Amino acid sequence: MKALAFLVAGAALALAAGAAPAADPAAGEAIYARCLACHALAYDRTGPRHCGLFGRRAGSVAGFAYSEAMKRSKIVWNGKTLDRFLANPMAAVPGTAMGYAGVTDRQERADLIAYLERENRSAACRK
Amino acid sequence: MSFLTLANAANPLEARRAFLGKSGLLLSGTAVALMAGRDALAAQAGKSAESDVRVLNSALGAELEAIAAYQVGAESGLLQKPVLDLAVTFQGHHKEHADVLSKTIVKLGGKPVAAKPRYTFPTDTLKNQADVLRFAASLEKGAVSAYLGAVPVFGNRDLAKAAASILGDEAMHWAILRNALGEAPVPAAFMA
Repeated sequence: MKALAFLVAGAALALAAGAAPAADPAAGEAIYARCLACHALAYDRTGPRHCGLFGRRAGSVAGFAYSEAMKRSKIVWNGKTLDRFLANPMAAVPGTAMGYAGVTDRQERADLIAYLERENRSAACRK
Repeated sequence: MSFLTLANAANPLEARRAFLGKSGLLLSGTAVALMAGRDALAAQAGKSAESDVRVLNSALGAELEAIAAYQVGAESGLLQKPVLDLAVTFQGHHKEHADVLSKTIVKLGGKPVAAKPRYTFPTDTLKNQADVLRFAASLEKGAVSAYLGAVPVFGNRDLAKAAASILGDEAMHWAILRNALGEAPVPAAFMA
């Protein structure tokens, strides 16, 4: 009972401190369906490809026509920068061509980023 | 539907019934006209208009790609009638969306994006009619989400209303494609 109390207290503290939620790539795949009007993993569309995303500088996929704002943003994509951008793209990079309100739910963003991480490790993305 | 009418209704329930009874009729007829034909749009200026043009251009880019995708589907030889006719009809809707978006961008002082000379589609994974339908459904579902994410960011509420009108059309495409695949056409009460 004492152990359970510690666990509950620990979880509450973690939430209070803003710890990242546990991420589920399978749930993230369903959220990625929202992106499919403009994005694909392996090739550029209205938006740039997502393979090779992690560690890539924003606005740097060769041949893709980015907004000036994105090219100037100096963002390097990782879990943290993606989380900030996806929460509200137009506020994170004013002038971005991504006219989208964002994924406002923190858990959904974590799941989506976990899915992108998983796919970026896949053979299909690495070829 | 005037807000005066709502204000004069005897009770909130009656007001709600009056609104629901008339607003749908108005929306379908005027939403696109609001977008394409209203000169007041030209007067919209400043950062709000610039931002709206960027959102409209993103939507236009996706619509142009959808037109190309349906063309690939129609020419693939994998679609049989009546599914082929359906694809051509939906492509026609996307052409209408693109035309209206393009004209609106011009009206706002922007430059509409042009169709790309070449689009990449996962044609190597499209082996039969169901594959093509599934691919089209994924694009339509994405389009619903994209418009849903665009509606709240428009500075001009008329544009938001018109984008919502297009969203409704994309949602119907998605539902019918799912139905053609033998899936539940409307799998949830809400879209995200």
